[in-house]
Amino acid sequence: MRILLVLVLLLLAALFYAWESPIDPVTPPEADAFSAAAVARGEALAGAGNCATCHTVSGGAPYAGGRPMATGFGTVHATNITPHPEDGIGRWSEEAFVRAMREGVRRDGAHLFPAFPYTHFAHTSDDDLAALYAYFMTRQPVAGGVPDNTLPFPLNVRLLQAGWKLLYFDGGGDVSDPGRDDVWNRGAYLAEGLGHCGACHTPRNALGAERGDAAYAGAVIDDWYAPALTSANGAPLPWTRDELFAYLRQGATDLHGVAAGSMSAVVHDGLARLPDSDIEALAVYFADLAGAPERIEPAAVRDAMAGLDADHTGRALYAYACESCHYNAPGAPRALRPELTLNSAVTGPDPTNFLRLTLAGLGVGEGHPAAFMHGYAGALTDADIVAIARYLRGPAAAEAAGWRDLDARLAELRTALEARP
Amino acid sequence: MSKFTLNGNPVEVQVPDDTPLLWVIRDDLGATGTKFGCGIGMCGACTVHLNGRAIRSCITRVGDVAGADIVTIEGLDPAGEHPLQKAWIETQAPQCGYCQSGQIMQAATLLADFPDPTDADIDAVMNGNLCRCMAYPRIRRAIKLAARELRAGREAEA
Repeated sequence: MRILLVLVLLLLAALFYAWESPIDPVTPPEADAFSAAAVARGEALAGAGNCATCHTVSGGAPYAGGRPMATGFGTVHATNITPHPEDGIGRWSEEAFVRAMREGVRRDGAHLFPAFPYTHFAHTSDDDLAALYAYFMTRQPVAGGVPDNTLPFPLNVRLLQAGWKLLYFDGGGDVSDPGRDDVWNRGAYLAEGLGHCGACHTPRNALGAERGDAAYAGAVIDDWYAPALTSANGAPLPWTRDELFAYLRQGATDLHGVAAGSMSAVVHDGLARLPDSDIEALAVYFADLAGAPERIEPAAVRDAMAGLDADHTGRALYAYACESCHYNAPGAPRALRPELTLNSAVTGPDPTNFLRLTLAGLGVGEGHPAAFMHGYAGALTDADIVAIARYLRGPAAAEAAGWRDLDARLAELRTALEARP
Repeated sequence: MSKFTLNGNPVEVQVPDDTPLLWVIRDDLGATGTKFGCGIGMCGACTVHLNGRAIRSCITRVGDVAGADIVTIEGLDPAGEHPLQKAWIETQAPQCGYCQSGQIMQAATLLADFPDPTDADIDAVMNGNLCRCMAYPRIRRAIKLAARELRAGREAEA
């Protein structure tokens, strides 16, 4: 009897802890309730957060939600964050918006799943959240709900998210380091906060939380490999501040290649709204994180590009299928002709990006804005693609764990890509 | 349905998105200068320009070129007098001619990227454009001739 009482009390305590109150709905604010300056600043900040990529379906109305995110636990659909009163966040007060961003709680008090990266957004300043609220409340309201999530019971019980937060959510707060200059701190604020870079580049644990012991160690997410952003990056030529700036500003660099997949959207749709000074700040922050050298010597570029085996069976396939676009003169790689011997899709620990790009290519406007790559899914056999991969990686590197069973990964990716619209 | 421009003219075609661009160009839009060779992007006969750069149209889905500028051999120069076309005639590069439109479109991208190409540059970039008449030495000569003419043109402008 006493045990039962204790259990009931514990349950009540947990419920009390987990329970969040609803915040009263408001009449959707008029567009003129916000200053043009705040809306403009919010627009740039929404770019920093890359909100549109997740909250918009391909070809759909901006921010109207519905995009599925396969989480490993089930599919979660991004919500409608237009100011539509019923289907969007039109009846959310600024207080409710700020609580969602800082605490991961919906206006009605339900906990949000961490697919919404509030763990990062919680670092955002009051002023910036006010500007974001002004921006979203002045968008075109779009009617329409989103498909139901497919999380199985009990993972779909939102109240249980309180336990997840207890374990993995540090509450956000200020990430600045008084020992660093303003530029570094601006980079840290954008990267750790709205930019939520770790959401893709940091591996997650069994419960879907970013691993604190492996920050920016690189991870596979949504069938893309997000490379390590630390000194473990391992690219043949290290990322310098200038290369990071060029990549984040233009989506392509001479010494590393292009931004593909969701990173292409981050650069071209999101970061494109930020001034050069913010891109510079991100470059400074990540160059420091990786211990980047100031510059790359020309001799190092020449050396890194040399050494492919001209007699390899993949050589002829590469010559016919790839080289007309990817060839560079020795020591002179250029962004418009991505140099594959320097590219982490080829040299990194995981083959996903190489295989996926070979199968599906890269669309107009993705990667380098002036380039396009057709996919080879219907043109090259698995054996062809494996031969090209082995040729480009060379004998030693080909043996890295992730690159051993390329046939299995190719089969998975072919299936996954065919299932896409 | 896909909308793009072909040789500067807006076009709209009602075909499934996964139709090869080459079929659309030849069969739906009637520009037959671009040829079908292997159908798997390995011979270069179908080379056209997408936003100014060479691609293989046989393995490009028409749905993927929405909004892009496509240029074929018919549109490379309005009068057919691109320096590469003139050099091709000057050197009598083609024999049967089937691969030549693809060769010329690829060579145009080569010269955009390598204005003064070495033999190694030409071999590497043109490797994917096969010629079963083995006109390779004349193709190389034509490319170098066109490169000289383009350079002279640029110097005259400067």
